[in-house]
Amino acid sequence: MWQKAVDWLVYSLFGFGRTSILGGAIDFFIYDMVKILVMLTVIIYAMAIVRSFVPPEKVRVVLSKKNEYVGNVPAALFGIITPFCSCSAVPLFIGFIEAGVPLGVTFSFLVASPMINEIAVGLLWTLFGWKIALIYVVSGLVIAVAAGILIGRLGLEKWVEDFVYQIKVGASTGEAMRLTWKNRSDDAKGYTVDLVKKIAPYIALGVGIGAFIHGYAPEEFISRVAAKTNPFAVPVAVLIGIPLYSNAAGTIPIVTTLIGKGVPMGTALAFMMSVTALSLPELIILRKVLKKPLLATFFAVVGVAIIFTGYLFNLVI
Amino acid sequence: MKIRVLGPGCANCKKLEANVSEAAAQLELDADIQKVEDIQEIMSYGVLSTPGLVVDGVVKISGRVPSVAEIIAILKG
Repeated sequence: MWQKAVDWLVYSLFGFGRTSILGGAIDFFIYDMVKILVMLTVIIYAMAIVRSFVPPEKVRVVLSKKNEYVGNVPAALFGIITPFCSCSAVPLFIGFIEAGVPLGVTFSFLVASPMINEIAVGLLWTLFGWKIALIYVVSGLVIAVAAGILIGRLGLEKWVEDFVYQIKVGASTGEAMRLTWKNRSDDAKGYTVDLVKKIAPYIALGVGIGAFIHGYAPEEFISRVAAKTNPFAVPVAVLIGIPLYSNAAGTIPIVTTLIGKGVPMGTALAFMMSVTALSLPELIILRKVLKKPLLATFFAVVGVAIIFTGYLFNLVI
Repeated sequence: MKIRVLGPGCANCKKLEANVSEAAAQLELDADIQKVEDIQEIMSYGVLSTPGLVVDGVVKISGRVPSVAEIIAILKG
């Protein structure tokens, strides 16, 4: 129905010919842009409300009572709903370690938090349907749990910066947690408006480039470069994803179009995971609390897990 | 009145600081407002998610940016 309305707007009101390439690109742009923004607004708002019930101060207390294996799963689940704000990562990490949350469990949280976020899930849902979004969430969870268990097993506690163990976290007064429904909905509204405003230009850029590729890029070139039979496609997609961080929201519409042009789903999902879970700014922030060997291990474990997932999906889907 | 804004310097922390100054100005409070950026000190308040708002040693807000109106209500106690 929405497609029909946009078609009417572009072809009847604006008067583009049905076969016009530019008309097709504009049609594609308006259709995707509005659909994505509406869907994201709903999802971001809903997540903000859910999140207001699960503050990290609470999560920390729950996780400190869990040991390895038992703790990795809830840690990863908490990671999904907790936004990975670059400035909160360090206090969260210190707070978890100080409360006695095992290092591996803390890492399950650290991996899941940036990788599975509502923006990525919302975009996947809008563009590919709920099944692909669910696959993304589940594989992200598996990676977070597995990476956490592996890092926990390796016994890397000595590679945490020494000062982390000396910090004493004050008792949480809990006063900040007594929120009314009005607080929650006001916060969620403000958060949603801010975030949508912030990511809208990237999405517009991404959809714009996507619309351009849609209209102009030669199909055979892309599918030849990124074909399933090309064994390097997945690792290269992951490598390309590392420096792309702030543009996470914008890369997904481009990825959509690439998939439409024949890039396999596993390669595309690996690229998305790399964009969100492995990023240079995150690396720089975590360097404050992790010594280089642990940081490198973290990156390597998550990178390999993402590449593996990419290959797996290319085999399965 | 001692008001502390906790945050290592991200966008939300600056926004909270601006809202707090605005609230104090509207109330014509003679408050000692300071920004706390030292991670050790932030954590000593038991705050894991920034930004945080501490009034006279008591954590009032953590992990969100309250509106000017809400801060005024908090400061009035």
